[in-house]
Amino acid sequence: MSPLSRRKLITAGIVAGAGIAGLDEAARLAGRYGLIPPDNGGIYGPGETLTYATQRLLTLHSGARTFPRSMISKTPFANEAIPRGKAFERSQAQGFADWRLDVNGMVDRPLSLSLADLRSNFPVSSQITEVACEEGWSYIAEWIGTPLHHVLSAAGLQPKARYVVYYSIDHVMWESVDMGDALHPQTLVTWGMNDGDLPVGFGGPLRLRVPRQLGYKSVKYIIRLTATDDLKKFGKGLGSIDPEYGYAWYAGI
Amino acid sequence: MGPAEAKCWSSLCFARAILARMSSPATVQNRERTAAARASAGQRHPLTVRVTHWLTAIAFVALLVTGCEIIVSHPRFYWGETGTDQMHPLFIIPIPASRDLVPTGYHTVMPDENGWSRYLHFEAAWLLVFTALAYGLYGVFTGHFLRNIIPERGQRNWRALRKVMGRYLHRAPPDAAEAERYNALQRTAYIVVIFVVFPLIIWTGLAMSPSFTGAFPMSVVLLGGRQSARTLHFFLTGALVLFLGVHVTMIALAGFRSRMRAMITGRAATRREGP
Repeated sequence: MSPLSRRKLITAGIVAGAGIAGLDEAARLAGRYGLIPPDNGGIYGPGETLTYATQRLLTLHSGARTFPRSMISKTPFANEAIPRGKAFERSQAQGFADWRLDVNGMVDRPLSLSLADLRSNFPVSSQITEVACEEGWSYIAEWIGTPLHHVLSAAGLQPKARYVVYYSIDHVMWESVDMGDALHPQTLVTWGMNDGDLPVGFGGPLRLRVPRQLGYKSVKYIIRLTATDDLKKFGKGLGSIDPEYGYAWYAGI
Repeated sequence: MGPAEAKCWSSLCFARAILARMSSPATVQNRERTAAARASAGQRHPLTVRVTHWLTAIAFVALLVTGCEIIVSHPRFYWGETGTDQMHPLFIIPIPASRDLVPTGYHTVMPDENGWSRYLHFEAAWLLVFTALAYGLYGVFTGHFLRNIIPERGQRNWRALRKVMGRYLHRAPPDAAEAERYNALQRTAYIVVIFVVFPLIIWTGLAMSPSFTGAFPMSVVLLGGRQSARTLHFFLTGALVLFLGVHVTMIALAGFRSRMRAMITGRAATRREGP
């Protein structure tokens, strides 16, 4: 082994210094352009940050794949649902006539929308997309509803808002997406499926479909949307319930 | 010249510069000299090869363990775009699942470890990708691929491969040249693993990302659908596990300690010390 020369040591020092400065600058820029996920801490933080930042740079504006009607699955899989609770059962007994979707947080005009409001006062959109579960299974269905961005603009979404947090009536499931997904035309406040009402097993009466991410981001039985610029204020500050259970916040992978 | 042409032109120049660099007589001569100097100094594997080898090993073990764990939540495989518990599988792995809705035939439900498994799977995948990039650039620019991985001139035929296989089958000791250099069969195996299996396993992994496939639909369409990509990802893992088994067996047969020393310290295994 040849001993390290002084020149090599100095060069290595300069390279290491430049590397650290570069990383610091990269982290600052990534933060400014929204490339850091809320669950960026811990030993899996670097991998998660790389994944989210890369997906945002590569896939911010592209859409999830859509399929021909002939590829709609004959046996879609509802998956199990955690107990929906008393509030859900009461509303179900009334045919969901009292179901409300509240829109609040960083909006100029907070809204409280009934299912009838959503169906008749907003543009209707449908898409044939795949639900892919992190477990490995997947199916294709047609989803009918109102693109989330119409609801947000009706509520007067403030430009400072960076995320939309959404809640299930079961008071357990809550999620959030960044504005890249919240304003994406395929992100759908969904009430219909395959030419009918959205069945309860699939999230009816109201589910937020986020087709560019895995199934667990498409929360069933949604009752509230909250626009925010800071996810730290919600739950344990990790962006959604998933990182609290050990699952990634960003599920576009 | 428009900007598009200029860009095209500059990338063409870049490609030509790489080719010229790889094959210019001065570079080749220089490279041969470095390789010869290294061999006479008793060095078997250069530092970059050793570091990237072990980083790949770490990433592979992490990916394998977490990959197996992820399968436990749905040990069924399908062909085509979709697949659920109610659909006919291509095959199943006969183990209990970590979800009680999966019809496995067992009454037990395994613990669900998908959260950290998925986090670690993708983090290890990043390590693999960065290591592969470093190794790939190193291999092209230093001539490592041409010198050590692509079969040597005169060895690029079935006869050379058959000869090596015959020697293995008769358990003949390696000849003098083989102690220092990879033979045609080793090189072929490394080519398949480095240039075919690893790129394919990264591709089939990306083909399961709903966001990535939205931006690049061909990445999954060419494979026959999302479930086909998942099944191929599983088969490719099998190919890599097979390679790992043979790789470790051959090292054990050739002298585990000396081969490990060569891949850790870089010192040639066959070199005699002292007078």
